[in-house]
Amino acid sequence: MSLDELPMRSEALRLPERPRSAAAFSTVITLAWRAMLKIKHVPFQLFDVTVTPIMFTLLFTYMFGGALAGSPEVYIQSLLPGILVQTIVFITVYTGVGLNTDIQKGLFDRFRSLPMWQPSPVLGALAGDLFRYSVASLLIIGLGLVLGFRPAAGALGVLLAFALVLVFAFALSWIWIIFGMLVKTPESVMTTSFFFLMPLTFASNIFVDPKTMPHWLQVFVSVNPVSHLTSASRGLMHGTDSAADVVWTLVASAIIVGICAPIAMRMYHQER
Amino acid sequence: MNTAIETVRLVKTFADKRALDELDLTIRNGSVYGLLGPNGAGKTTAIRVLTTLLKPSGGKAVVLGHDVAREPTAVRRKVSLTGQYASVDEDLTGHENLVLVSRLLGMSWGASRSRASELLGAFGLSEAASKQVRTFSGGMRRRIDIAASLVTRPEILFLDEPTTGLDPRSRNQVWDLVRQIAAEGTTVLLTTQYLEEADRLAERMAVIDNGRAIAEGTSHELKSSIGGNALRFQLADPAQRTRAQELVSRVLGDGVLPNTDPTAISVKVSSALVATEVLSALRDASILLSDFSLGAPSLDDVFFTLTGRPAAQPANSDEVGS
Repeated sequence: MSLDELPMRSEALRLPERPRSAAAFSTVITLAWRAMLKIKHVPFQLFDVTVTPIMFTLLFTYMFGGALAGSPEVYIQSLLPGILVQTIVFITVYTGVGLNTDIQKGLFDRFRSLPMWQPSPVLGALAGDLFRYSVASLLIIGLGLVLGFRPAAGALGVLLAFALVLVFAFALSWIWIIFGMLVKTPESVMTTSFFFLMPLTFASNIFVDPKTMPHWLQVFVSVNPVSHLTSASRGLMHGTDSAADVVWTLVASAIIVGICAPIAMRMYHQER
Repeated sequence: MNTAIETVRLVKTFADKRALDELDLTIRNGSVYGLLGPNGAGKTTAIRVLTTLLKPSGGKAVVLGHDVAREPTAVRRKVSLTGQYASVDEDLTGHENLVLVSRLLGMSWGASRSRASELLGAFGLSEAASKQVRTFSGGMRRRIDIAASLVTRPEILFLDEPTTGLDPRSRNQVWDLVRQIAAEGTTVLLTTQYLEEADRLAERMAVIDNGRAIAEGTSHELKSSIGGNALRFQLADPAQRTRAQELVSRVLGDGVLPNTDPTAISVKVSSALVATEVLSALRDASILLSDFSLGAPSLDDVFFTLTGRPAAQPANSDEVGS
């Protein structure tokens, strides 16, 4: 007997009264739980956050290390904090991709018709993304340690740098949330994001010292928040002074959230 | 309060289109009500306004005493929506989806898990509990989707085209389900393109066309509103259809109703005597019939009379007399 042929038993269709509406905190937790389940059921979506950073770290360390810093071991000291930044910045786009998928599939209609705190799905998704960021960061730092990365500030410095990267990632996610609601398909969220993320991460101080770049590019690199985040996480990991970059990154994050979050929530409440 | 839903001159405009054009509806509590109409008539828009997913552009919509524009949360607390596309997470299992909705409605984890299992049992989906929804058949998806709307008792259940795309058996299951839900005291508002579906399920219905209700009543009332009876006959030889149609038009003046079956012709007749005249004219012209019946007009006939075009264009629409 196929599943289709199973009879429906009428006596079990009991309809209990609705309980009191769920607390906002509880719905966000529930939606974060859903995000984790999605990772459990579709582990392939972790491919991007695991394989890509491993590949990048290995490739850049051994390809450019000798040429740029004399040896891979020297290069990785400055590259690794940068690769961490680049990886996490790239993964932020999945927030928008996931949101767009939910909207296109009609799942958001269900969420929006439920009597719950309406921003819950967005915040729940962000909480699920934190897990993705953590997995990627652990892998990169672990691999770095194996390859000879030695953070002078120890575990605490690395943790602080990770925390700062998370703050910036959280801020950046709001941009993709807006994109997720603007475009028609998850693929176009992906495609559009590359136009921003490629220059943002490559035209920075992650891979090379900007001093060798043409002046106009140096100007861009110096205002690029990714550069400041990279300098800040290098400083935090190696225990050198990075207070200015940390503040710069926090201010940039606050500005992005301050502008994008209200726009995103406004769009979210609007009809589709 | 006896009125579940009331809309007064409800308007919804999109950039280039007036999807709802002064729609007036009054739906009583505790009934199954059908919104009937072809694709693009405004049925889905009406449901999305009534479930607070869209804001009205004009007029008023009151659901269970709450204005949808001013008190959306109060409305959401009392109604459930099963949209046209399965609004469940395809990556999650059947059980997880129902736990998710139960939790979002405010149940504890424990209560959510047991309610999810209970619903899966009631919907004949127990064996699919730990399978991802993406592996479900169309009928199973529809059921899990409706189950997600019945985690708790909604005062009104909105079903947007609940059987579109389903095979006949799954469709029958959904129909049984709707009857059960209504028997439990929930008001059901369903939209459909299938006149048969509204006829079978809904006590009252509104025919929607271009964002307006062009007729309202029980299926019986709608049928008698077009007056007379319908004579339907089946041609032994489909090739004779055009000739038969011409002949009938000549006898009656007009009144040939659309029919989706290329071998069948329906005509509106004012009395049994006229029906006899039509039949003898056909016999005299040597057009053989394999079957005929005289009865109340179908909702297809109603829709055609009201709008001058058939409700749903069948795949072989070029074969259908227009």
